[in-house]
Amino acid sequence: MLIVVIIFLWLSILLYFLLGGADFGAGIIELFTSDKRVSRTRHTLYHAIGPVWEANHMWLIIAIVILFVGFPLIYSTLSIHLHIPLLLMLMGIIARGTAFVFRHYDAVRDSMQEVYNKVFVWSSFITPLFLGIIAGATVSGRIDPEAKDFVDAYIGPWLNPFAISVGLFTVALCGFLAAVYLVGEAEDEGDRKSFIRKARNANLIAVALGFLVFWAADAEGVPLVRWVFDDNVGLISVVAATGSLIFLWFLIERGDKWLIRALVGFQVTMILLAISYEHFPDFVLLRAGENLSLTKHFAPDATISALGIALLVGSVFILPFLFYLFYSFQRVDARK
Amino acid sequence: MGIQDVPAVYTFEANTCMDDLLAARLQMALSLGFHIVYACIGMVMPFFMAVSHLRWLRTDRDVYKNVTKAWSKGVAIFFATGAVSGTMLSFELGLLWPRFMVHAGPIFGMPFSLEGTAFFIEAIALGFFLYGWERLNKWFHWFTGVVVGVSGLASGILVVSANAWMNSPAGFDYINGEYVNIDPIQAMFNDAWFTQALHMCLAAFVATGFAVAGVHALMILRGRNVSFHTEAFKIAALFAVVAAIMQPVSGDISAKDVARRQPAKLAAMEAHFHTSPRAPLIVGGIPDAENKEVKYAVEIPGMLSFLAHGNFEAEVTGLDQIPDDLEPPVAVVHYAFQVMVGIGVLLLGLSVLFLVSLRKSKWRSRKWLLRLFVISIPLGFIAIQAGWIVTEVGRQPWIIQGIMKTRDALTPMPGIVWSFVIFTFVYVTLSAMAVFLLYRQIRMVPVVYDQEENFS
Repeated sequence: MLIVVIIFLWLSILLYFLLGGADFGAGIIELFTSDKRVSRTRHTLYHAIGPVWEANHMWLIIAIVILFVGFPLIYSTLSIHLHIPLLLMLMGIIARGTAFVFRHYDAVRDSMQEVYNKVFVWSSFITPLFLGIIAGATVSGRIDPEAKDFVDAYIGPWLNPFAISVGLFTVALCGFLAAVYLVGEAEDEGDRKSFIRKARNANLIAVALGFLVFWAADAEGVPLVRWVFDDNVGLISVVAATGSLIFLWFLIERGDKWLIRALVGFQVTMILLAISYEHFPDFVLLRAGENLSLTKHFAPDATISALGIALLVGSVFILPFLFYLFYSFQRVDARK
Repeated sequence: MGIQDVPAVYTFEANTCMDDLLAARLQMALSLGFHIVYACIGMVMPFFMAVSHLRWLRTDRDVYKNVTKAWSKGVAIFFATGAVSGTMLSFELGLLWPRFMVHAGPIFGMPFSLEGTAFFIEAIALGFFLYGWERLNKWFHWFTGVVVGVSGLASGILVVSANAWMNSPAGFDYINGEYVNIDPIQAMFNDAWFTQALHMCLAAFVATGFAVAGVHALMILRGRNVSFHTEAFKIAALFAVVAAIMQPVSGDISAKDVARRQPAKLAAMEAHFHTSPRAPLIVGGIPDAENKEVKYAVEIPGMLSFLAHGNFEAEVTGLDQIPDDLEPPVAVVHYAFQVMVGIGVLLLGLSVLFLVSLRKSKWRSRKWLLRLFVISIPLGFIAIQAGWIVTEVGRQPWIIQGIMKTRDALTPMPGIVWSFVIFTFVYVTLSAMAVFLLYRQIRMVPVVYDQEENFS
């Protein structure tokens, strides 16, 4: 049953990255859209993510619940040492979620809309930045349970070039995901062109920031190069990700919208696989002492079986309903 | 291998700063206090919505459709705010109480994982409902609204069951400081889950019902869109009064349960300092913990014995039986309990009045009745806050009753005071925004929903 729980954990992180990431990306795209087009972009965006955006963010809750029920030591250690970035990420989540709803449900359309928009786009940038920083800090090996002073224990693990470059890379990937997704939702040729241009820009920025991550890892002594290239799975994933990137570059102009979405989803999956596979089953890499591992530091067996069963039964209820939700609104849009 | 095998180095040093402990408790209280309001409204309003929607499908009168649509916007706003405040809480448990979560997570996590499922279903169903007007089959559309309500209610019950575990720990053995023989199913169905969940669900219906009915009553009094607000008022008021009439029964079950499991909490609720047979029910008064007496209170002889144990002569444990360091703060718990019960009685009275007036025609013209509903807008929520203060403060100093103290659960990170300041700012802003938004929604009703009539 442990393996079922680990698979669900990985899948919910992946799905949050893909679906929630595209949501964040939509706000990031809006941040970098000229005033001339911004209200049209906003309309497309609301149309595309409105019905499903609540569901997209449930994956984060699922991942957190799996962590605190199934891997309480991992949850507690991260909560203690990454308290500050977690707090800042939470602020982003609150600001973003409420601004998105408020700007749609405010019955009066006046200058308040500008306030909601500002809050929405900036929190769309900040939230994935801190999510990335937290992810980077988790594998940076700088979390130190034996640290004696405040900076080493609570600041050092995340306020460093490696974690921050992972954060920026995450932001770029989110923007890339959203731009590719929106290409298929564009309402006219002008919009489509603009989304394609944005997707390409985001693509280039993501690649540049990817190099920055490797450089920062090297400077910080994080053996990222070894993780990714010394291992067949890592190597294959990186080659596959790069390959799909090149395909995407050319196909985005005339390709089918589902093909390009599949490609970008595949690419992100490969990136997550490359960075998580090599040190699996370790989840939190520590400076001192034994790393926290998914196959070692888990909850008692009775809990893991109950959790696994709950997840399996839950997905029987959720997944068909969720697919039908995506399907219904896709079909209706296609008809229009 | 399991969690018990972890090296000692990870058992996290205690944070002994009292300011941090107080700040963490206040931050948790603040977060829960806000979340409860959002969650109750998001959980109960879908039921009102479904009833109104059903009437529209049956009668085809536009007023019901308009009421449904207006309420669905309220549901959307509160669901979203409830979802973010709930997400925050799932993180805050770890940010503030990691030493509690590291042990409790695997034991009381079961209802949380099921709640995740219920909440997910609710979010999907809400997506269908809000965006499904004119897109879905009308009965399927109605059904998705019902699913929103049912799964919301299920989430509420599950979360309360997790809290009940803290009051009534079950599903593990605590041997030499270790948590062994964990059974998450038994932990979920602990002794307190049913009484607490029943009391909370009814409270949610009472509070939301009176608040919604009160807002519509205010609009009727002002003569705006009278037929729209009248239909809305009738649906909300009916839910509210039925729940308010059932609530005393559930309260009685809860009191007997607390008397058995947590005598210290009951003693604090009642400011019952001295163990005695034929114990009096103390109404109001100012508890004086120094001299162990209550000043200016009304005492009903034998009543506490009867309410707690079903027998006027029964002995009721007083605070004198509880060691000083295990005593909950008496005054806060006693006042909160008086507020909760007092409001419960007031709303019960209003409910009976309402039912009587229903039998007589022209009830709508009884302005004083509508005015009473307007006054009761905040009352139910005040009672809910007071009730949670009783539950949570009444359990102190324990975080897990009899097993782990709250101060031993605190994060080792210093400076929690700052985190408290930030959270306070965020919640105050968020609430101000939500009120502002609702005000604008209600103000726009004449423009958006009322083309076919004009009563002003």
